[in-house]
Amino acid sequence: MKRFLLAALFFAVLLLIWEALFRAKFWSPVLLPSPKQVAVYLETAALDGTLAKAIIVTMRRLLIGYLIGFVVGLPLGLLTARWKVLQDTIGTLALGLQTLPSVCWVPLALLWFGQTEAAMLFVVVMGTLWSVVIATETGVRNVPPIYSRAALTMGSKRLHMWFKVILPAALPFIVSGMKQGWAFAWRSLMAAEIFVTILTGFGLGQLLHYGRELSAMEQVIGIMIVIVVIGLLADKIFFSPIEKFLHRRWGTSQA
Amino acid sequence: MQRVFRHPSSAAEELEVIEPSKLAIQNVSKSFRGASGGVLALDQVSLNVAEGEFVCLVGASGCGKSTLLNIIAGLEKPDSGTVQADGKPITGPGRERLVMFQEPALFPWLNVFGNVLFGLKLKPNLTKKDRHDVAKYYLELVGLSRFERANIHELSGGMKQRVSLARALAPNPRVLLMDEPFAALDALTREQLYGDLQRIWKARNKTIVFVTHNVREAACLGDRVIVFSPRPGRIREEFAVDLPRPRDINSVDLAVHSTEITKALKSYGQPEGAIAQ
Repeated sequence: MKRFLLAALFFAVLLLIWEALFRAKFWSPVLLPSPKQVAVYLETAALDGTLAKAIIVTMRRLLIGYLIGFVVGLPLGLLTARWKVLQDTIGTLALGLQTLPSVCWVPLALLWFGQTEAAMLFVVVMGTLWSVVIATETGVRNVPPIYSRAALTMGSKRLHMWFKVILPAALPFIVSGMKQGWAFAWRSLMAAEIFVTILTGFGLGQLLHYGRELSAMEQVIGIMIVIVVIGLLADKIFFSPIEKFLHRRWGTSQA
Repeated sequence: MQRVFRHPSSAAEELEVIEPSKLAIQNVSKSFRGASGGVLALDQVSLNVAEGEFVCLVGASGCGKSTLLNIIAGLEKPDSGTVQADGKPITGPGRERLVMFQEPALFPWLNVFGNVLFGLKLKPNLTKKDRHDVAKYYLELVGLSRFERANIHELSGGMKQRVSLARALAPNPRVLLMDEPFAALDALTREQLYGDLQRIWKARNKTIVFVTHNVREAACLGDRVIVFSPRPGRIREEFAVDLPRPRDINSVDLAVHSTEITKALKSYGQPEGAIAQ
């Protein structure tokens, strides 16, 4: 409770500074709207449904792309960890492509898929995939050999070994790869949405983009806040519990 | 002695004290390629272990005693020679021969109970309840019933090795292979475990091959102590320890035996790093 109050106080102070800056006319009100203007925008956007629609469009793209990236990346990572040939080929490719900011895929995606959902998905998949591949591979390579030796003597082999020993043992690595993949996917999707208008769906990035076009800074800032909140929620709802479980089981320290 | 092989189909059957194995190792050699050339880890080693015997292998590090254990476990293959359990050649790992390692090889993603269940889940024909009963029995046997829900990292070193012991015993192997299982523990914990291990060995009737570099430990636990010399790894001598059980590591009779064994060990000891032959 004390921690919550402290955090609440911190954000209240942030809001006050913002309000103070607005009142001091430090920047023109066109460039820096007041917290209240942003709140009003968010309220109307929430009430007339534009916000909910944009969130649904964006989250659908994100979740589907992320899922594809994960489902493809995990086995790919396992395979690259298992076979030297794949490590030297796909592993190297993954390492290279992971360093490429995934927004770089946007031009290519547009040429290949046109202004379609597929282009958006492609960008998200590219953001997720390589992180998951690399994390899975690293995780598997870091599994202490004694685990598989112990499991071997108890009669574990092949698929059982992979699913009941190697994968769980690599879990801490895989989860951190999933988290990184999520962050990359989220960033690249926002970039793609700001960059390209896709007629099949109007996402958060597009709302932000049109806010800028219309010089409606309260919309730009409002959408930015929504994006931040979604990122926070994803962390708190999805990743935090998994990480807590890992910390509890493995006994690694947690702040 | 007629042995009937069958799959256990109940917890009671699973918990039956079964016949231990007899091991026959003949002319086993094994070499490793290292950075400094080939190392002959085992040179023409032969050893017989009787049903239910507790045999300790001692020697300086690098004498091949752990390699021999791994070969019996089926985790490594000898370059030449034969290894048989109950007259059948050992071709790979199997749950009739379970290993307890020096570092606890417990799985951190499972709790204590899950670790003990791991091997049991790989045994066919047991119901979930059977497995749970069996796992509970062995946790009780090693004195950790209260900790079945604990995470591995919450346990002390001694408790971890108790769980390892329970996990190795749970699938009811005929042979228990122990690779310096107590080396990393403090003296007090170790002494407790000597008592427990002798009690459990008696209760469950296993053939045990126990690798250690601690001569006193070997004399305390073993019916026979096999002494190795390194580079190349060879069996040099063996000592029968015919003291009554349970034995106390601090007893004077035991010290007499361990002094004798230590003397033998020293007589063919070479300075570290010296090249044999």
